[in-house]
Amino acid sequence: MVLNGVVMVLMFCGLVFFTGGGIGILRFPDFYTRLHPAGKLDTLGSLLMMTSVAIFNLHEITLSNALTSLKIMLIVVFVFISSPTATHAIMDAGVRAGLRPWEKGMPRG
Amino acid sequence: MHSLFLYVGLYLCFLMVLSLYRGVAGPTVVDRLIGVNAIGSKTVVLLVLIGLLYDRIDMFVDIALAYAMLNFIAVLGASRYFQKRKGLYEEPPYK
Repeated sequence: MVLNGVVMVLMFCGLVFFTGGGIGILRFPDFYTRLHPAGKLDTLGSLLMMTSVAIFNLHEITLSNALTSLKIMLIVVFVFISSPTATHAIMDAGVRAGLRPWEKGMPRG
Repeated sequence: MHSLFLYVGLYLCFLMVLSLYRGVAGPTVVDRLIGVNAIGSKTVVLLVLIGLLYDRIDMFVDIALAYAMLNFIAVLGASRYFQKRKGLYEEPPYK
């Protein structure tokens, strides 16, 4: 029963970060500021959701379940490596294309 | 527990529609990249959840891993393509 509780708590925390990131992408005034929640959304949200699924998967400890949970953790590691790199690449594209960052008082870019 | 994952998956789909708005209405093309990247990362989590719902978790984990890699490569390719000023501004460039 405790296992389900842990899964639920982790799942809701993951949803909190996904919601925060989703709203942050919409509300922030500029391209560079929107990139900030986008990077956070991928890594932390998927970490929490994936660990909750992995823990839920470990109900009966068999080798195949353990391997599947390990593979889920592999996805988390890959997302942790790839998401910041992708965000950096997008930011690099914006900078090279000459997009000026937003200052206070400028209209929403 | 299964209904929990179903509702979480539906909520993720709703969040995807939100970031789809950024993908469609993003003023600049790199904003659209942010929306697409957000949708891609949510799809990875959604795939694992669907695998859990169908009780074929090991098949869907591989699909989710492949999708994560595909999303990463697509974002890299698109950002490398949009570096030039082509298609970045509707109005004349900011000076």
